[in-house]
Amino acid sequence: MTDASFMKTFYNGESLPLDAVPEVKLNDFLQAIIDAADHGWRISALFGEGTGPELTLYAVLSATGDGLIGVMRSRCNGNFPSITPYCPQANLFEREIAEQFGVVPEGHPWFKPLRFHQSFRPGYDAWGRADRSAILPGITDFYRVEGDEIHEVAVGPVHAGVIEPGHFRFQCHGEEVFHLEIVLGYQHRGIESALIGGPKPGTLHRMETIAGDTTIAHTWAHCMILESLAAVHIPAKAEVLRGIGLELERLANHTGDLGAIAGDTGYLPTSSYCGRIRGDFLNMTAVMCGSRFGRGLIRPGGTGFDCSQDQSDELLRRIAAARADLTNAVDLIWATPSVLARLEGTGIVARETAKELALTGPAARACGIAMDVRQNFPYGIYQMSQIPVVTARSGDVYGRTLVRWLEAEKSLEFLEEQLSQLPSGRYATHMKQPAGEKIAVALTEGWRGEVCHVALTDKAGRFSRYKIVDPSFHNWPGLAMALRGQQISDFPLCNKSFNLSYCGFDQ
Amino acid sequence: MTDILIHALLVILMPPLLLGVIGKTKAAFAGRVGPSYFQHYYDLAKLIRKGTVISDTTTWIFTAGPVITLAATLVAALLLPLGNHAAPIAFAGDMVLFAYLFALGRFFTTLAALDTGSSFEGMGAAREATFACLAEPALFFALITLSRMSGTLSLSPMMTNLSVSLWFSSGAALLLLIGGLFIVLLAENCRIPFDDPTTHLELTMVHEVMVLDHSGPAFAYILYGAAMKLFVMGAFFINIALPLKSGNAMLDWGIFILLMLGLAVAIGVVESIMARLRLVRIPQMLVAACILSGFSMLLILR
Repeated sequence: MTDASFMKTFYNGESLPLDAVPEVKLNDFLQAIIDAADHGWRISALFGEGTGPELTLYAVLSATGDGLIGVMRSRCNGNFPSITPYCPQANLFEREIAEQFGVVPEGHPWFKPLRFHQSFRPGYDAWGRADRSAILPGITDFYRVEGDEIHEVAVGPVHAGVIEPGHFRFQCHGEEVFHLEIVLGYQHRGIESALIGGPKPGTLHRMETIAGDTTIAHTWAHCMILESLAAVHIPAKAEVLRGIGLELERLANHTGDLGAIAGDTGYLPTSSYCGRIRGDFLNMTAVMCGSRFGRGLIRPGGTGFDCSQDQSDELLRRIAAARADLTNAVDLIWATPSVLARLEGTGIVARETAKELALTGPAARACGIAMDVRQNFPYGIYQMSQIPVVTARSGDVYGRTLVRWLEAEKSLEFLEEQLSQLPSGRYATHMKQPAGEKIAVALTEGWRGEVCHVALTDKAGRFSRYKIVDPSFHNWPGLAMALRGQQISDFPLCNKSFNLSYCGFDQ
Repeated sequence: MTDILIHALLVILMPPLLLGVIGKTKAAFAGRVGPSYFQHYYDLAKLIRKGTVISDTTTWIFTAGPVITLAATLVAALLLPLGNHAAPIAFAGDMVLFAYLFALGRFFTTLAALDTGSSFEGMGAAREATFACLAEPALFFALITLSRMSGTLSLSPMMTNLSVSLWFSSGAALLLLIGGLFIVLLAENCRIPFDDPTTHLELTMVHEVMVLDHSGPAFAYILYGAAMKLFVMGAFFINIALPLKSGNAMLDWGIFILLMLGLAVAIGVVESIMARLRLVRIPQMLVAACILSGFSMLLILR
């Protein structure tokens, strides 16, 4: 294929020797990304690597059609031309590279810091700030609409509910939102820079807390990386248990979201029931590993815990009960016209916009984009047992709600099928040291969408760079677009229908 | 004298109980136990004992707002007959004062909100003013209809004149009237489907967002005033919708209290089975309320 001509392609969860990654001239590299995006490829990761004056840019692109992942790299001395005007999905990646390595994507239409931290390379700063100067999150320029009748509403970073910090600035004309700008970075913990030289004893715990509600998807992606670098194959039972953990995580969060969406419309019954049922799913995860959020469940080489016959019977029993409860609670939404009237037509994201921004997960599927890592880039148990991809067409809050419910149904079916036929045998295998001078890419489908981990190793098999892309990284701009031309009073509902992670973005 | 005493006691003591009953009803629908019936009394007692934080940028209007609103509501409560007993204060034309006492309260709440200079409170004030413009004609159409029916301009004879037999003679007009009034009752008291009194989302609020900066006793006055407004408007509604009369003064008080509690349950049920309207739909509902009470007036005038 023409659009992959510069790239080396391989499959999800594989690793390559670093030498095999083609090195392309900077202009060709950037043009290839634009061309690939035009042909329907997504940028799964675009990042820099290097500590000296010279920077290497890596692009990890994925093609949903044939399950291929393409990588290429390019050397970059100083600034590089921005491709955001031609390829909007590069927007945040370019700003991230600028912030981490102190180079400027020239011609970037809205060039601002993302997470407000010092650059990885001392002495380089894209905004010319002094070395070691204090950088405060949220202190930056904001987009402004001028005019007598325009008013600006600023929300956060401290919110009325017990949620994470993020700053939202609306440019409004009366109740109508012209523009929403989202500023994050308040929870930046420096995970990527701390991973250089890893894996370290604390690495796994960091992975589990990139986004606390996506523990399993991130830990799984990390373990896939380690296993592919060490060429270890994990036992069949471990693959199944990982899949069960991931679907339970999806169910807990989708249930919580369905309840929260109902709660934001002021519809209490579904909101209250789903709040409890979410707890039921979390408790099922605790049956597997003792932690409601799946900490300790996934370990390199397999899982941290076995699942006995008693446990799987117990899980099946609980799933049957939770399925009945959840169906009841969610059917109330579909049977209440006032709730549907509130959801339909609110926060529409056009399919073209979703494609341009490369949205992922339920937010993309609600716009009719059939994209699911479990289906398009199958890994682990999903290579054997496929979960159908669910889409909606409307791209509004209703679509995102519907997709969540249908996905929950599919996950429940998957769980019942897998738990009734658990493979026997071991649940973990012995790990080996990661190989040196390799690149490994792992994609998993978290409940918010595509989780992407990329690792580069040095000669000794230590990480020379570890890149993490949380699905929220792709989807925050989608929320901003969903609000264009909407009522400002609909923001909380739109926000809930995306339910993005602040800490997953901030890392 | 006893009646005036009971009237005053009910006006002062009963309002928070209505909110407790609404809360319990909603909890029952959601499968929860819910807070105690008396939770709102505890909340008020707690707030009264707290300190108040007042922003430097505000003026006397900010502190006066809650007091004036509560006082206006209290006076309105004394103008309205409760359960077939004449009100403590009654004179020809008191129905106009009744309507505008609420407007006065709203005016000061809105001013106090604007006084803070916060963009949220400004937004809430704009919404409140818009919706109030549409709710007021509905209330006035209702008052004119009732005035025409009873041939008086004072609330006490107007309300005590109503009886169940009126439902047989002009049932259609009354039905339209209470339809319109129920919408106004829910909208004026920030209940679902117009506003969500339990939400924490400042961008969606109408009434709650205007009082975000008030704290301590001032906030207690606001909550108490809001509960009293619900009580007064609820009593106005009950007087028209179910003018039951037993002839025995004490029994009439008992019936009134039961009907008020029943109304609170009905509001709780509406809140449980409905979602909030989109904000742009609220004016349409209020216009519908105007049309309902307007047609009711036409039926009486013909």
